[in-house]
Amino acid sequence: MSIVTTTRAAERSGSFWRRAHLTPYWLLAPAVVVTAVIVFLPMLQAVATSFYDLILFRPNASRFVGFGNYIRLFQDPVFWTALWNTVIWIGLTVPLQMGLGLITAILLNREFPWRGLARALIIIPWALPSVVIALMWRWIYDPNTGVLNDLLIYLSVVQGAVPWLADPHLALYAVIATLTWQGFPFFAVMILAGLQGIPKSQYEAASLDGASPWRQFLHITLPGIMPVLATAGLLRVIWVANSMDVIFVMTGGGPGYSTHTLPLYAFIKARQNLDFGYGTAIAVTFTILLGSFVAVYLARTMREVEK
Amino acid sequence: MTKPSTLRRILTTDLPVALIVLFAMAPFAWMILTSLTPSALITSSGVSLSPAGWSLDNYWRLIEQTSFLMNMLHSLIIAVGTMLLGLVVAVTAAYAFSRFRFPGRRLLMLQFLLINMFPVVLLILPLFVLMRRFGLLDTHVGLILANSTVAIPFAVWMLTSYVGAIPKSLDEAAMTDGCSRLTTLRRIVLPLMVPGIISTGIYIFITAWNEYLYALTLGGRNVRPVTVAIQTLIGEYQIEWGLLAAGAVVGALPATLLFLFVQRHLIGGMTQGAVKG
Repeated sequence: MSIVTTTRAAERSGSFWRRAHLTPYWLLAPAVVVTAVIVFLPMLQAVATSFYDLILFRPNASRFVGFGNYIRLFQDPVFWTALWNTVIWIGLTVPLQMGLGLITAILLNREFPWRGLARALIIIPWALPSVVIALMWRWIYDPNTGVLNDLLIYLSVVQGAVPWLADPHLALYAVIATLTWQGFPFFAVMILAGLQGIPKSQYEAASLDGASPWRQFLHITLPGIMPVLATAGLLRVIWVANSMDVIFVMTGGGPGYSTHTLPLYAFIKARQNLDFGYGTAIAVTFTILLGSFVAVYLARTMREVEK
Repeated sequence: MTKPSTLRRILTTDLPVALIVLFAMAPFAWMILTSLTPSALITSSGVSLSPAGWSLDNYWRLIEQTSFLMNMLHSLIIAVGTMLLGLVVAVTAAYAFSRFRFPGRRLLMLQFLLINMFPVVLLILPLFVLMRRFGLLDTHVGLILANSTVAIPFAVWMLTSYVGAIPKSLDEAAMTDGCSRLTTLRRIVLPLMVPGIISTGIYIFITAWNEYLYALTLGGRNVRPVTVAIQTLIGEYQIEWGLLAAGAVVGALPATLLFLFVQRHLIGGMTQGAVKG
């Protein structure tokens, strides 16, 4: 009798242990399986497609070309234009968003009666659908009836109507302005959270020592929000690099190739020319280029998680 | 003492904040004014700034002459579907990540973070090819799956940080009382997760509602979400800004109101989890 119960207990604890070992995997299985099917499978498919000369709706003409698409890429002047535009695109948009976000956060961190309302209103650009943002700014930039030209002519900043989105030298910067508007609330909110984590006593001690507001900013505020700036900045580089919906709706990459960024070029190649092989090769190349930023971000975040 | 400092506060704080708020709101406010001005008036004398020139003409045309309400319904189905799928698979995953230490945990967490960074363009092209093969183009299921590529990793990270904030001692107490892991999850942890689940769910809803590129590429005649529909309001010969603005305002309203409603809860979770915004 007693032998039976002990073996049963042993059995139960044995199965318990086995089950306890497997429990987290069972709990994770749905998420892992679904993402494997909708993310990793397509990604492998993308890498495979990039080695083929595949024009969609002409699948029979598809043939393996090895690195052919990639070689074609390096000889393609539009690729280099798009790469350069991507660099300008990221290099201007992210610092502008961050600068404006920093100013906003510092102001919102002060005491004033309508602070809650201001905080809520400022994030409106973040909540709007990107297609609405793009169309809205097209309307504002419109050369004939747009409000921006009316305003600038009224203030005599410019003499005549400026074709913001039709001028190849201006279009990219006009879109960058729109994206800055869309993205600064994200930085403002992130930095504000960082600012609120800095103890007030540090500022009190510093002003007792006679430190000027500028020195306080340099030696207390900036070091205090550095981790947030780095994380949010990296995240935004990746996000801005990837985002092409606003450009696509505003200019469609034009005039000419003046607002082509790499992901947009890949998308347009596949969508308009149905050249999926080449389009995917551009997308894969872009992903690899972006990879270094992603790696830095992942390393940072995983370190946080381990803490 | 108080008087000059109030004036100083107004000059150094209230005024600059007011300017930034104006900058943030002006474009959308301009859109609302445009939507209230009848199209004929826009072409003849521009957007009307005074209430005398306003009418709901554009909104009536939007409802009567276009299939906009139908498009809203498609967006609703897709956004709710994405939200449900994302939450269901993420709740158990988040529980596993925060309560268990097991081989491969780091790698799996890393995997979900990595997915969040994938360029849309890298996924959109093969998803189109795959969905075309399986007949999922132009269906609600197809767009729900496509939106889940963003929603699932986001939900996993958000919820992991929420579960992490629930004390482990509660689980342990329940298990000492003889509850199994799943019962503990259902009876103890899940009720405490509700605020986190609601705000994560709402954010997924907003992102799916606002999504444009998947909707454009993987949708079609039968399933046309509101973001794609707004763009089709552009007239054939000349751009109908009034009608377009009305569509933009109506299309943006659900997500914007929800966002204002949950912003405080969301931002706490996001700054902790440092996930994509």
